[in-house]
Amino acid sequence: MMNLLEKLDASAAARKALLPNGVGAFGIPIEEVYSATEARIGDRRVLLLGTNNYLGLTFAPECIRAAHEAIDKEGTGTTGSRMANGSYFGHRALEREFADFYRCGSGIVFTTGYQANLGTISGLVGPGDTVLIDGDSHASIYDGCILSGADIIRFKHNDMVDMEKRLRRLGARVETTLIIAEGIYSMLGDQAPLAEIVRLKKAYNCILLLDEAHSLGVLGETGQGLVEKTGLLEEVDFITGTFSKSLCSIGGFCVSNHPQLEQLRYVSHPYIFTASPSPATIASTRAALELLRKGSDLRKQLWSNSTQLYSRLQDAGYVLGPDPGPVIAAILDTPQQALLLWQNLLEHNIYVNLILPPAAPEGKSLVRCSVNAAHTPEQIAYVGDTFAKLHDMVCSNKP
Amino acid sequence: MTESSYQEITQLLCDRLNSIANTDAQITLETNLISQLSIDSIKLLNLIMEIEDTFDISIPINALTDIQTVGELADLVYKIKSEA
Repeated sequence: MMNLLEKLDASAAARKALLPNGVGAFGIPIEEVYSATEARIGDRRVLLLGTNNYLGLTFAPECIRAAHEAIDKEGTGTTGSRMANGSYFGHRALEREFADFYRCGSGIVFTTGYQANLGTISGLVGPGDTVLIDGDSHASIYDGCILSGADIIRFKHNDMVDMEKRLRRLGARVETTLIIAEGIYSMLGDQAPLAEIVRLKKAYNCILLLDEAHSLGVLGETGQGLVEKTGLLEEVDFITGTFSKSLCSIGGFCVSNHPQLEQLRYVSHPYIFTASPSPATIASTRAALELLRKGSDLRKQLWSNSTQLYSRLQDAGYVLGPDPGPVIAAILDTPQQALLLWQNLLEHNIYVNLILPPAAPEGKSLVRCSVNAAHTPEQIAYVGDTFAKLHDMVCSNKP
Repeated sequence: MTESSYQEITQLLCDRLNSIANTDAQITLETNLISQLSIDSIKLLNLIMEIEDTFDISIPINALTDIQTVGELADLVYKIKSEA
């Protein structure tokens, strides 16, 4: 039997086998960030297509100014949890602003987006309850479910026939079942069939949580996410999301019209036992939320860039995720092809995400682009042309 | 539940594991899913979905935490099927 350290050695060996020659595709060192679309990796000035900066607000003057002022006024950190050390004005204001944005009774801010799911799920369900989750759910959803101690049942990704079958099998247990879905799934960029999920949720009388992490700022006239695009805001019981994508900071939230949401502050360990977000983080998030709400022009630009690149890659012969959108995943036959494409894109000064099994669904190997509103038409065209140029060389590479 | 039900479960598991692990090796109740068959988490979760559909049951994935051998998986499926 391997000891604890040998297990890590085995894991490291498996990683090295996938990524030979010291290729640092994961956690790549970014030496300098020049703008929302450009940075330096090694000695290369690269185009950033591997961030989640959907609205391109990382250098928005309003957000930077707000963060500076907050540091000057309240210091660099809160040095403790809200339960023990108190809630600053900014924490409470941001919670009110999120509740107002989603026309909900209340909202809770968490220190990270990961913790928003961990804290909300583990606060809502416990041993003896059931969570019914999409098979492609983000790790924060899986981990929240595991932390809760509830029984975890998966349904096939976006497959509503499969979901209903599993609801039916639960029998009387549906009364204590939480269904969880995501507005946009991070791996393939596709959207949940929310109308059908809501229909089943109502038919079986369950509670529904929707994670809008990747869809906040991206979908809907004011950027609420899939709930706004589909007009189903009132039908979703709990909405979670993150500040680290369209809002360009770090943190997470949950909003709901159920007054019981407030009780999470007293039962949710990921909320209670962690330091609260820093004043600068809260201030820049508040400024970014204001920009997001009135950012319909940014969303138009984002979607224009996204559909342009999606079409270009599709025309070039790549197999892509099913829905056009800011997350564009090229699906390759093998990890070696994905690595080859990723390396060649970097050599052409384009940084994208490499996703290899088991991180990607169904054992797929992905090269994933995240488009943002600040990308220029010339940058998008260059990325599309480079992908097209590399297609035959990459796809003819067989093990 | 009967002895034949248990045999039905073990037979299904062995057949599917032979296919998934791409091996003709003899699979027994003592065979370890990870160290001997290299069944990773994704393959195991997909197998669980198949078993759920075959027997019309729900198998919580957190119940798999302690499962290491084919026999332990068969015992879990048998227990859930018996209680359904």
